[in-house]
Amino acid sequence: MNTSIQSRKGISRRGFLAGASAGSLVLMAKVTGGQEVVVVGATKANLESFDPDLFVSIAPDGIVSILAHRSEMGTGIRTSLPRVVADELEADWERVEIVQAIGDKRLGDQNTDGSNSIRFFFDRMRVAGATARTMLERAAAQKWGVPVDQCKADNHRVVHSNSDREIGFGELVSIASTLDVPAADELTLKPASKYRYIGKDTPITDMDDILTGKAIYGIDARMENQLFAVIARPPVVGGTVKSFDASEAKKIPGVVDVIEIPKFVGAPLFQPLGGVAVCADSTWAAWQGRDALDIQWDDGPNANYDTDEFAKTLAAAANQPGKAVRNHGDADKVIAESDNVLRADYSVPHLSHAPMETPCAVADVKTEGDKVVSCTVTAATQNPQAVQQAVGPAMGMKPEDVIVNVTLLGSGFGRKSKPDYCVEAAMLSRKLGRPVHVTWTREDDIHNDYFHTISHVHLEAAVDDDGKPNAWLARAAYPTIGSTFNPFAKEPAGFEVEMGLTDCPYDIPHLRVEVGQAAAHTRIGWLRSVAHIQQNFAVCSFADELAHHAGRDPYEYLLELLGQDRHLDLKAIGLSNRGASPTDYPYDIGRLKAVTRRAAEMADWQRGKQLPKGRGVGIACCRAFLGYTGHVVEVEVSQDGKLRIPKVWVALDAGLIVSPDRVRAQVEGAAIMATTQARYGKITFKNGRVQQSNYDDYSMVTMSDAPREIIVDVIDSKAAPAGVGETTVPSFAPALCNAIFAATGKRIRDLPLRDHDLSWS
Amino acid sequence: MTSINVNGKVHDLGDVPDDTPLLWVLRDHLGLTGTKYGCGIAECGICTVHIDGDAIQSCITQLGEVGDSEITTIEGLSEDGSHPVQKAWKQHGVPQCGYCQVGQMMMAAAMLQSNNDPSDDDIDSEMWNICRCGTYPRIRAAIKSAAKEMQAK
Repeated sequence: MNTSIQSRKGISRRGFLAGASAGSLVLMAKVTGGQEVVVVGATKANLESFDPDLFVSIAPDGIVSILAHRSEMGTGIRTSLPRVVADELEADWERVEIVQAIGDKRLGDQNTDGSNSIRFFFDRMRVAGATARTMLERAAAQKWGVPVDQCKADNHRVVHSNSDREIGFGELVSIASTLDVPAADELTLKPASKYRYIGKDTPITDMDDILTGKAIYGIDARMENQLFAVIARPPVVGGTVKSFDASEAKKIPGVVDVIEIPKFVGAPLFQPLGGVAVCADSTWAAWQGRDALDIQWDDGPNANYDTDEFAKTLAAAANQPGKAVRNHGDADKVIAESDNVLRADYSVPHLSHAPMETPCAVADVKTEGDKVVSCTVTAATQNPQAVQQAVGPAMGMKPEDVIVNVTLLGSGFGRKSKPDYCVEAAMLSRKLGRPVHVTWTREDDIHNDYFHTISHVHLEAAVDDDGKPNAWLARAAYPTIGSTFNPFAKEPAGFEVEMGLTDCPYDIPHLRVEVGQAAAHTRIGWLRSVAHIQQNFAVCSFADELAHHAGRDPYEYLLELLGQDRHLDLKAIGLSNRGASPTDYPYDIGRLKAVTRRAAEMADWQRGKQLPKGRGVGIACCRAFLGYTGHVVEVEVSQDGKLRIPKVWVALDAGLIVSPDRVRAQVEGAAIMATTQARYGKITFKNGRVQQSNYDDYSMVTMSDAPREIIVDVIDSKAAPAGVGETTVPSFAPALCNAIFAATGKRIRDLPLRDHDLSWS
Repeated sequence: MTSINVNGKVHDLGDVPDDTPLLWVLRDHLGLTGTKYGCGIAECGICTVHIDGDAIQSCITQLGEVGDSEITTIEGLSEDGSHPVQKAWKQHGVPQCGYCQVGQMMMAAAMLQSNNDPSDDDIDSEMWNICRCGTYPRIRAAIKSAAKEMQAK
């Protein structure tokens, strides 16, 4: 018996197995090094001896249980991946139960981040479902004494084609459990024409719980006898507590204890920022206690961080030669010798994730003497394995011994893949010897985020007589995400510049991309669509600028800039392609042009061009997270500068789609999130301190200033499934700003829009 | 001893201080976690509940202000998820992460109670709740569906 499993009493996976009645057929798909999937069968007795990737369990009563191992933060993935299993299994969705997995590296990648879930797991889920189906069909053949090719699974039963016999899945479980598991080459996957659920809509599995207030998020997670904690963190990243006086805090009724949390050591990683925690019998008592603390801080090395000043440093770095990260032809020479050069500088400030649910976690740590003997964390996390890896060392435990339960997430956008808040809860529980729930206030969240970086992108193009660029130079300077893990990382990493700069799709003979140096003075993180935010804002805006410079229609010009239908040579350019194979996921300019055309067609681009002053349309396109997006945005700008966005058209080609309505919802949401960032998104620092605190000064669009109508077309495609969640963010902001230029003649190169006077006469 | 009336039931709260925000009374003292925390300053609308039928933000409403008013939370909006806004929210597939939707529905239900034929402008001005996932177009559509059902009654 595997001891790590033995120690995991009362956890969801254990519960999953406990729910699998004696004699259940339990299948596990084991992922080997590469993409290969090996499916092994097991009975309850020998289950622990395998390394599972995912489980399908069928009970004698016919209930099919499917493990959801990715986190639900609004994409619908907790529904979509189990639907794939159920489809191949020919299970009746009404008789499927979804069980949320704990963190466990044997399940494969659980980091619900990077728009990867369907891409990583579509095939694996199909194999799991097909394996179970095949075993049930073979069980029926054995029971009836007929050839297996006369036995077909159909909606939770197996039917015999040569008679009117049929038998339910549950009744086949006892025989199926005794059969050998078929090898992968013995499986026949369903043709797309037979899909029962893939590509079809259904309400998300948590719909009714969400609508009735029963859904449990991290902030709602409870453990018996738990305390509630609110923490005063250093106002400057890297700062420490010099001294503190907790006497007033301890007078607050309900306050139980006040505990100092040490600052992170070395790079921030996912370690706590440090500070002083007030633990109480309610959230409000802890909050009041926190506010009553008198703390003297040492601000540390980032005490002078000032984003107004820092922006100038970035601009200077992007306006001098840097390190080349893509180079073909001789862009420098062509630009130097050209008498028609267009130059533009773009900037995007720090942004905060600001998920509606702040970071929250509850932990229960049990000790014997100084030694931690068990640790259970229940959290809104995008990545339970990262929780294990962060909490384990902090508790002196092996990561795999930390039990991590995953709740629903009140959105994440990348914030909740960084589990510093889970470590805080574990540290406090260890000190107090009872469960502690940590709630971040909104102010805590805005002040202490892993911020989207602050950036400057400089672009130059030498323009030929035909108006098209013969040479292109891009230079970017921004603190890298790498700095959160390595204090010496001072320039954009390859994976960052590949999000919009080195993967430039334009057909330009001489092209050079450079990066400049920029040290980080706060924690830099990844936010939905990451470096695409600043890089595609620049690149897609500059395409529009070049079109106007040439006196051309921006849409027609953009198609010409994209050039002939072709696949980019990923290897020659040195693109990682997010680790995806260039065969399954080529960089296909034809598909990028197709979504651009589709968006223009839906928007009736020619109509848009004839709008009167104060109204206008803008266009942009982008390949991001392996999917393709075309955006057309229409704006109305009043003479006194008030902006409305009456309509947005989006065409998305993300390959095969599992849940069309959830994909459309992601596309709509991406446009609205990008509207917030473009209109209002700006985090500033003075004296190392974040100057915004809450939704009153870090504004979000609401019903009245969001796009009124978002028309989405998801291209019908049989191509390999690509990303969705982040894919349609990047081209929105440049399309919006291009529309503002069309409406007003004002070119926006520095976000957010709130900082600009859009009035016209 | 303070008591409050929530979803038709009177709860004794012992010595919970009068200045405690209603939000935390509901969540931590009564275990009604359907009402969510978002900002604490009535800026996002996520903690919206009804007091005597009016939509209010429980994060800035102190326990002492509530008196014997009737408080309705999502747990009491309907017995079985059958309020017209709940049905319309499902029909239009409104929720993404779902976290803000309780507040959105409580706000919409209160608005529709006093105005069962809201215009787009009405919706723009009444529905100021924040949704970070960006479900606004579907909320608008769902409100119109719910309004139709309420008009038919």
